[in-house]
Amino acid sequence: MTWKQVFTSSIGQKITMALTGISLILFLVVHVSVNACIWFNDGGQIFNGAANFLGENAVPRILEVGLFLFLILHIVQGLVLEAQNRSRRGVGYAIDYGNRGSTWYSRSMGLLGTLLLLFLIIHLIDFWIPSRFGVMPETTLADGKQVHNLYSLMQIRFQQGWIVIIYVLGCISLLYHLLHGFYSAFKTAGVYNKRYLILIRWAGYLFSIIVSLGFAMMPVSFYFGWVK
Amino acid sequence: MEHYNMNLTLKVWRQRNSKEKGRFETYKVENISSEMSFLEMFDVLNEKLITEDKEPIAFDHDCREGICGACSMYINGKPHGPWKANTVCQLHMRAFNDGDTIVVEPWRAKAFPVIKDLVVDRSAFDRIIQAGGFISVNTGNAVDANAIPVDKESADKSFAAAACIGCGACVAACKNSSAMLFVSAKVAHLSLLPQGSPERKTRVVAMINQMDKEGFGACTNTNACEAACPKEILVTNIGRLNHEYMTATFTADK
Amino acid sequence: MLDAKIPEGNLNSKWTDYKGHCKLVNPANKRRLEVIIVGTGLAGASAAASLGELGYKVKAFCFQDSPRRAHSIAAQGGINAAKNYQNDGDSIFRLFYDTIKGGDYRSREGNVHRLAEVSANIIDQCVAQGVPFAREYGGLLSNRSFGGVQVQRTFYAAGQTGQQLLIGAYQALERQVALGNVAMYSRHEMLDVVLIDGKTRGIICRNLITGELERHFGHAVLLCTGGYGNVFYLSTNAMGCNVTAAWKAHKKGAYFGNPCFTQIHPTCIPVSGEYQSKLTLMSESLRNDGRIWVPKKQNDARKPNDIPEDERDYYLERRYPAFGNLVPRDVASRAAKERCDAGYGVGSSKQAVYLDYADAIQRYGKIEAGKQGIHNPSSEQIKQLGDEVVKEKYGNLFDMYEKITGENPYEVPMRIYPAVHYTMGGLWVDYELQTTVPGLYCLGEANFSDHGANRLGASALMQGLADGYFVIPYTIGNYLADEIRTKEIPTTHPEFEETEKTVAARIEKLMSIKGNETVESLHKRLGKIMWDKCGMARNAAGLKEAIEEIRALKKEFWSNVKIPGSIDEFNPELDKAGRVADFIELGELMCIDALERNESCGGHFREEYQTEDGEAKRDDENYMYVSAWEYKADEQWDLHKEELKYDVVHPTQRSYK
Repeated sequence: MTWKQVFTSSIGQKITMALTGISLILFLVVHVSVNACIWFNDGGQIFNGAANFLGENAVPRILEVGLFLFLILHIVQGLVLEAQNRSRRGVGYAIDYGNRGSTWYSRSMGLLGTLLLLFLIIHLIDFWIPSRFGVMPETTLADGKQVHNLYSLMQIRFQQGWIVIIYVLGCISLLYHLLHGFYSAFKTAGVYNKRYLILIRWAGYLFSIIVSLGFAMMPVSFYFGWVK
Repeated sequence: MEHYNMNLTLKVWRQRNSKEKGRFETYKVENISSEMSFLEMFDVLNEKLITEDKEPIAFDHDCREGICGACSMYINGKPHGPWKANTVCQLHMRAFNDGDTIVVEPWRAKAFPVIKDLVVDRSAFDRIIQAGGFISVNTGNAVDANAIPVDKESADKSFAAAACIGCGACVAACKNSSAMLFVSAKVAHLSLLPQGSPERKTRVVAMINQMDKEGFGACTNTNACEAACPKEILVTNIGRLNHEYMTATFTADK
Repeated sequence: MLDAKIPEGNLNSKWTDYKGHCKLVNPANKRRLEVIIVGTGLAGASAAASLGELGYKVKAFCFQDSPRRAHSIAAQGGINAAKNYQNDGDSIFRLFYDTIKGGDYRSREGNVHRLAEVSANIIDQCVAQGVPFAREYGGLLSNRSFGGVQVQRTFYAAGQTGQQLLIGAYQALERQVALGNVAMYSRHEMLDVVLIDGKTRGIICRNLITGELERHFGHAVLLCTGGYGNVFYLSTNAMGCNVTAAWKAHKKGAYFGNPCFTQIHPTCIPVSGEYQSKLTLMSESLRNDGRIWVPKKQNDARKPNDIPEDERDYYLERRYPAFGNLVPRDVASRAAKERCDAGYGVGSSKQAVYLDYADAIQRYGKIEAGKQGIHNPSSEQIKQLGDEVVKEKYGNLFDMYEKITGENPYEVPMRIYPAVHYTMGGLWVDYELQTTVPGLYCLGEANFSDHGANRLGASALMQGLADGYFVIPYTIGNYLADEIRTKEIPTTHPEFEETEKTVAARIEKLMSIKGNETVESLHKRLGKIMWDKCGMARNAAGLKEAIEEIRALKKEFWSNVKIPGSIDEFNPELDKAGRVADFIELGELMCIDALERNESCGGHFREEYQTEDGEAKRDDENYMYVSAWEYKADEQWDLHKEELKYDVVHPTQRSYK
């Protein structure tokens, strides 16, 4: 059994999805925690500092490369699987089994993922590309350090209602993608004990809601001026 | 139990053979007793069709007591019809009401090509078993049955998985036409027993390879299969299968 | 006089001696010997797997879409084996004795003893294959008692023992398919045996998908095609179960043994209407706890729960105080029929009796309350606790009953009625399982051999697997050892061509009738004749009438049957027509056999031959033999008798009082 055979089998491809998915989940933890710093409501001091820390250090930068690799793998593998799986039926049913046997979002991971991908492109253009490659407004931290003022960028972007709406929609897609993805990833990774599966199920619900709500509240907070 | 009679409209998939295209035909059946089984209602319809010089509808069925796994109808959008943990042959007409329209389709999957009308070819399942769904022990090799104790919990779980009747409802229900529930039931049945342990690694890999070769989809954990399974085979078996597969492939020597 | 070729010597050593002296085939020669196996139930699948393992070239055929669907799968209760794991005094001899006695002294000592001997090996083999039998907390196998014997020797896997054993055999078979030792042909039906110079050399079969006829050569042919209970139309058999393969063999010279011995199982769900297509068995294990009764008043229209205790007739407990509700199947069935015929039947059809769990629920509820330390439990508490215990033990059966009838058996007594379940009769075989045609063998329910006139519960699975795993691998070698010089005969041989022509002509004849009556309705009519006149109770006048009626029905069938579709396609109606045509001929022979046997024994109850209190009266003086019928011509058979000799067991009148 070569590695190629392992990772091109149906389960192997799912394992790729699960492992990359779990690392993206870990990334979301970091991302939402750092971003939550905006709610210190200190004009972005702590938030900009944390963002700068991540951008400046070698370890996060290396991890960032890995993150992108995993992200691309997750996207490509996901799309390939979706296409393969869709081709397995042949003639379709006149009446669909629908929600009687499964949740709509568990059956719509491809769609939700694609929506997330579109959102991600917008999101990267908005923040990541200017921060990495573009010209950014600068700000001075309390210790006198000059850093990118991502905070002010957020303030500017999230003044526009339609952008806020896109972000909230993106977060809703994320919510449902995670509601299934979190649990599914662990099951694909081979968890079968009932007690852990129940734990993962609830942890997944909790995680998905907290993370998605956290992200969604950021643009909303700026838009309504809850943070200044 | 109150008994009643009903008139129904049936929309049934008709297809002459695997090569020709199929279509839905509409039939009316009258005075169907609520005590009939769904297949007996089909018997009544077929008798009527034969007397009218029309082709009766072909469908797979045999034991008519929910154990052989032959019957396979997708009724009103659900494999084996509306009842939970049930096969078509055990579905009774009291599940329906006078005036209902019932749509009946065959299992749909490229790996289960239609042979005629509602009959599909499920030999792919046999080939998956051939790939490794067994314990390699020749007749006469066995030690005393009580020589190896098996803890009751494992034995019970193994039995629950072995209760699979190979009907294919899991494939029919899955949006990916995946056979993972079927394969996982067999892998779990055998790997939970000490007798099945020596071959557990080769078995799971071979069975998954064959499953992929047959053209079944991958599992996306929607659990639709479990909801459709007449024997209530648990999706936790799929987790176990994944575990077995990873252990087998990641620890392989070459 | 027929020679059963039972080895000489002491009963205990017959089989050992046989194995020690039978001819062997060396491995290189095995590769050149081809064996055809028809049917892939327990007997067929286990034989195919075992012979494949030995190195023979095996071809296996089944009419289902997969060998896993053979009707062995539906056996519920369990499989007997003389393991004595429970330390309750079981032994090979006791299993042997119980089987002989249960069969009402109409089976062979030699065969039955061999069956008891190998029974223990079967359990070992199945466990090694991964059959998940029920276990105790200590990890060892669990047993239950069954069918009224006095020891616990039944191994089981919930109510799905047959399924688990078949899956085990099926997996062993598929393993041999993968290894290339067995070629599997599913959706194929055997339609004739090919004989060349008096020996079996192959079969003609029909591909049920394309309708094409195929010729297959084999040095030997094994028929493992199950029972013929569907001759009654309604039975607990699967819809596809048929006698065709055995019947074709019979017409080619294989004698048919004891065709009239059929088992009527007492606990089935009663018929609900004209449209009924099959009957569902409720495991015999239900009689361990349930009580069977009918109202004391004739035509009592009250609901069961409205009938007070003293107006109920627990007729089995009344008639058979020693065994009560646990009398053997034939006795329980006849008693139910007697009550219904006398006008005490219940339900809308009046063809049913009650199987009541109310007492058991109360009893278990009280025990459970005691265990949980509940003093003075309320009646609701007792009911609830009792329901839980009963659900644990019989839940799947109760669910099945509710699915079919729509009634809740925890609240209302179940209605049950006897139904055709198993056929003890079948092709006559000798000790080696060979029929009267050289090279043609018959295994499992399809042969007549081990159950005499009545089969005990949990013995059918045992016999099927014994034949396939442990008997045929030895006995077939004894025949094939002399066949090593026979080269593969090409299927262009004139006998193959001739046989195929006959088969094709018959199919064309069937299709050309284009009459007005459907196969199904003709089958129903046959079933009604058989059930009314050759069913649970028979008498000479009725049997004579039945023979005439069946002959008339046969004429009608061959002039008025209506079969839709064409030959060269998937055509289940045509398949069924061929099977029903054979059932009609078999039905006639069954009635002839029942008429010839002027005694009552086991499942064969002739009303003229009963004791004063209505029990079966055997006639050992005149009927201590196996009836083996030789087919001569249409409606003509010759009777050959195989004398039954009892060296060890002394036949007595069975008493369960």
